Amino acid sequence: MFIINCPYCGKRDQVEFSCGGEAHIERPKQPTELSDDQWAEYLFMRKNIKGVQFERWNHTHGCRKWFNMVRDTSNDKIHATYKMGEKPPIK
Amino acid sequence: MSNELRINKNNFIDQTVRISFKFNGKKLFGFKGDTLASALLANDIHLVGRSFKYHRPRGIMTCGSEEPNAIVQIGSDPASTEPNVRATEIELYEGLEAFSQNCWPSVNFDVGGINNLLSPILPAGFYYKTFMWPASFWEKYEFFIRYSAGLGKSPTKADDDLYDHQYAHCDALVIGGGISGVISAKLAAEKGLDTILIDDKNFLGGSTIYQDEESFKINNANSNQWLAREIESLKSYKNLVIKSRTSLAAFHGYNYLLAREALTDHLSVHERKNKIRQRLWKIRAQKVIIASGSIERPLIFNNNDRPGIILSSSIKKYIDYFGVKTGNNISLFTNNDSAYETAISLSKSGVNVNVIIDIRENSDSNIVKEAQKLGIKILWGHTIVETNGYKRIKSFEAMKLSSDGGNIVGNKIKFNSDCIGISGGWTPMVHLYTQSGGKLQFKSNDNIFIPDETKTPSEQISVGSCNGDFELDDVVNNTIYNVKKFISLDKSSYDKINVNCSKESSKKNIWLLPSDKPLHKTKPFLDFQNDSTAKDVKLALREGFKSIEHVKRYTTTGMGTDQGKLSNMHALGIIADTTGTNMGELGTTTFRPPYTPLTFGTIVGRNVGKFFDHTRKTAIHNWHVDNKAEFENVGQWKRPWYFPKNGETMHEAVQRESKAARESAGILDASTLGKIDIQGSDASEFLNRVYTNAWSKLAIGKCRYGLMLNEDGMVYDDGVTTRLAENHYIMTTTTGGAANVLSKLEDYLQTEWPELDVYLTTVTDQYSTISICGPNSKNIIKKIIPDLNLSDENFPHMSFKDSKIDGVDCRIMRISFTGEHSYEINIQSNYANDVWKACMDAGKEFNITPYGTETMHLLRAEKGFIITGQDTDGTLTPSDLQMDWIISKKKYDFIGKRSLYRSDTIREDRKQLVGLLTDDPKEVLEEGAQLVEDINKEPVEMLGHVTSSYYSPNLNKSIALAIVKSGKKMKGKKLIVPMEEKNINVTITDTVFYDKENKRLNA
Ligand SMILES: [Zn+2]
Repeated sequence: MFIINCPYCGKRDQVEFSCGGEAHIERPKQPTELSDDQWAEYLFMRKNIKGVQFERWNHTHGCRKWFNMVRDTSNDKIHATYKMGEKPPIK
Repeated sequence: MSNELRINKNNFIDQTVRISFKFNGKKLFGFKGDTLASALLANDIHLVGRSFKYHRPRGIMTCGSEEPNAIVQIGSDPASTEPNVRATEIELYEGLEAFSQNCWPSVNFDVGGINNLLSPILPAGFYYKTFMWPASFWEKYEFFIRYSAGLGKSPTKADDDLYDHQYAHCDALVIGGGISGVISAKLAAEKGLDTILIDDKNFLGGSTIYQDEESFKINNANSNQWLAREIESLKSYKNLVIKSRTSLAAFHGYNYLLAREALTDHLSVHERKNKIRQRLWKIRAQKVIIASGSIERPLIFNNNDRPGIILSSSIKKYIDYFGVKTGNNISLFTNNDSAYETAISLSKSGVNVNVIIDIRENSDSNIVKEAQKLGIKILWGHTIVETNGYKRIKSFEAMKLSSDGGNIVGNKIKFNSDCIGISGGWTPMVHLYTQSGGKLQFKSNDNIFIPDETKTPSEQISVGSCNGDFELDDVVNNTIYNVKKFISLDKSSYDKINVNCSKESSKKNIWLLPSDKPLHKTKPFLDFQNDSTAKDVKLALREGFKSIEHVKRYTTTGMGTDQGKLSNMHALGIIADTTGTNMGELGTTTFRPPYTPLTFGTIVGRNVGKFFDHTRKTAIHNWHVDNKAEFENVGQWKRPWYFPKNGETMHEAVQRESKAARESAGILDASTLGKIDIQGSDASEFLNRVYTNAWSKLAIGKCRYGLMLNEDGMVYDDGVTTRLAENHYIMTTTTGGAANVLSKLEDYLQTEWPELDVYLTTVTDQYSTISICGPNSKNIIKKIIPDLNLSDENFPHMSFKDSKIDGVDCRIMRISFTGEHSYEINIQSNYANDVWKACMDAGKEFNITPYGTETMHLLRAEKGFIITGQDTDGTLTPSDLQMDWIISKKKYDFIGKRSLYRSDTIREDRKQLVGLLTDDPKEVLEEGAQLVEDINKEPVEMLGHVTSSYYSPNLNKSIALAIVKSGKKMKGKKLIVPMEEKNINVTITDTVFYDKENKRLNA
């Protein structure tokens, strides 16, 4: 059970949050100009990294804000959380 | 029977308080402080169960949670009986009833014992190999296996005990109340940390508390006396909480731990009444100090499983702590010094110690010398090759080990003994450390895995024997040093401590001890509970299994309720020896929570019955109850399903309600529909992006139906949205989809389109919705709101008016889910019940009929309106639903648009929504029934299935909706619905069955 540092509320228990999958996948601005394959890439393809991964999280039972998280999936260490639209503080 | 094996020692057991109990129906007694196991042993009962596979007689083997054999069923009450309880852990209470498990018909005569004779054909993987094929034989095997090999009986009635959950936050959590835990807790308390010390026993002190020997001194006192004073001193710390009878179940990441506190399990049944039985503690600790200790290893030799063969340290605890002799003529078999402590304890208590068989060549440690001084005979460099005695050990044979330890030499020496204490060294309890994500390192001189302090995943430390310290001075000094460092404490009351103890001077380890017989003729048990032997492990290796995880599953070693606490190390050792691998490279199997089994009651706590989930009721709920509604659960909501009158069946009620709604007036509580208030200067643009149709041109005061897709193009939700003002809309969603739609919309707003000025607020609970439909709905609204102009010109279909009912603001929408002329009254929920009653009164002269979800579903099906989630399942596009009309051609983009012309979504042979009519109009199809074209051509191709099906009282025939492959092109085609008794002939039709011209909307 993680302790997650919500960028808006501070440290809270994991039960207040839900994970929304991989972060930094931007919805294409002009979907109609994409081929089936390009659209499928956006729609379906996700990394599943053992190691440092960028994830979207929602403070569902709190401020209800979405934010991003850098988490090492091999040991669940959370390296950083940051607001949507901000650049990841870690590469 | 009496307690003739009880000696007169009163330190921990109160021999003035007798406690009677029953074991397998026999009346016995023990004393206050006993465990069931110690009380049984005091009554000279060793044989307590049968082994899982071979049904061999098995006796009490340990005194703790690692017990593999003494697993009993407690009680016979169908609600409270509990299987798989370790007799070594249960405290004796007045009226306790326990039964042996895994034996039939009785522990002394067991039919399954035949398996023991069959054992040459019951090797590792036997169950897999035999019962896999042929499949039809399984039924025959199953009966026998389940009857003869079950592990206890489940309760047959609901548990009526109370359980609880509680959170705790602390600076330091100390796990284990042995000597290192007590020292750690005191140090943490001295530092001023808010500290919790938990221990699974009802007393603190671990095994040191009865270590009363001259060879073990702390500050010149015997170690037990010193420790007793330390425990006493803990009581003075206000910042230290001690939780006994509390066992740690799980150690999760970020120092989140679960512990089970047993509150009433030690009390007699009548003392338990109305008390909480067990509590699950959810602990978040800044720092964790694990002092979980170690458990003694058995030795692996031929027939090492007979009743009366007990871990040496357990024999010591039974004599020193419980005052119980486990035999009258005891021998010990060891590879280390700790058995000598047992020998000395026994000897001092007047029990004859026959012989100590030690596989080592010699040892000159103090404790060995002390034993020799007491005249105890020691046979160095020997091993036990055979034991005798079926239901209780009677004698054994020992032989000299060859110099390399791999074989035996010389002649057999026979000894008579009614009990053998075995000690194969110690295994640190690293379960909790590894559960938390910690990695282990192998320490080869002791053959142990201990925490790798460079790979500790959180703020935690392991101290004492769980960290590989076994000598008293190491335990004390290292615990003090490491804990002080861990909590940054400079000075402590322990700074001048002086420990004097006997030190082990020689070590020897043989994982599988040799016998004079070839291996295949011996029974060296590894996992006593699951009956796997060293042979099985070797067989698995021969058959090609290499990974420890695979060997474990194939042989079932370590898969019992004891999780292999005794057997895992030996299994590893034998694999390493056989394959010539280093144990450290092999690694261990994964330790998973819980450390000891938890009751389901503890896991669920108070979340049972009506607390299992939230129940949501509309503001009009009580009226529905008063008017005898039958309810349906829709998500968390209770919705009226139908309102039976005068003993009507559901079918009769629904037929009546449906007719009334179309012939005069029906009224529905639609308050559960999700309602989202949307405001902001970009509200219209936002709706354009989330719905498939266009919204910018929707006039203020108008309503529009919208379909929402997932990005993959599949229909996700639907509902009517009304434009209340230039920048203000109210969206309705399906009842079940409300929460998900809101969070999906929030997601897009926050992450993809943060530039949009839009604000979403859920108002589902704030507004109640009353829907009145039917040709007389207008007359009823007219009576309630006389001022409102209801003409089609002023208030057309798909529009809304702000109004007042008895001075209360409300919104009236003219929208319809039934195809009838309809109104929806939206009103603040606290007035909803009164408004509903006013509607009922006004509608009385028109026979206004309340209807529930079933009639609602029927009426909309007559009109061919879909219900998302019933007619759709996340695999249908709008086009599949024959709803191409709702997809805007002009809009550049909306959620899911691009997916609507992927190669897969434009296939013509996708499953598509159609209507179905049965050839026999009285025949109502079953929802979910399959549709086929040709029943004779095998394999029969399934073309689709029925999604909605009703008998329509307004059409006087059966109607259905279905999704069918290439359905759009199949209008008029005959299909078959094959059912168990008959095949039903159907014809594919249009999806709209009633009022195809929509004339009734303005009727
Ligand atoms: Zn937050």
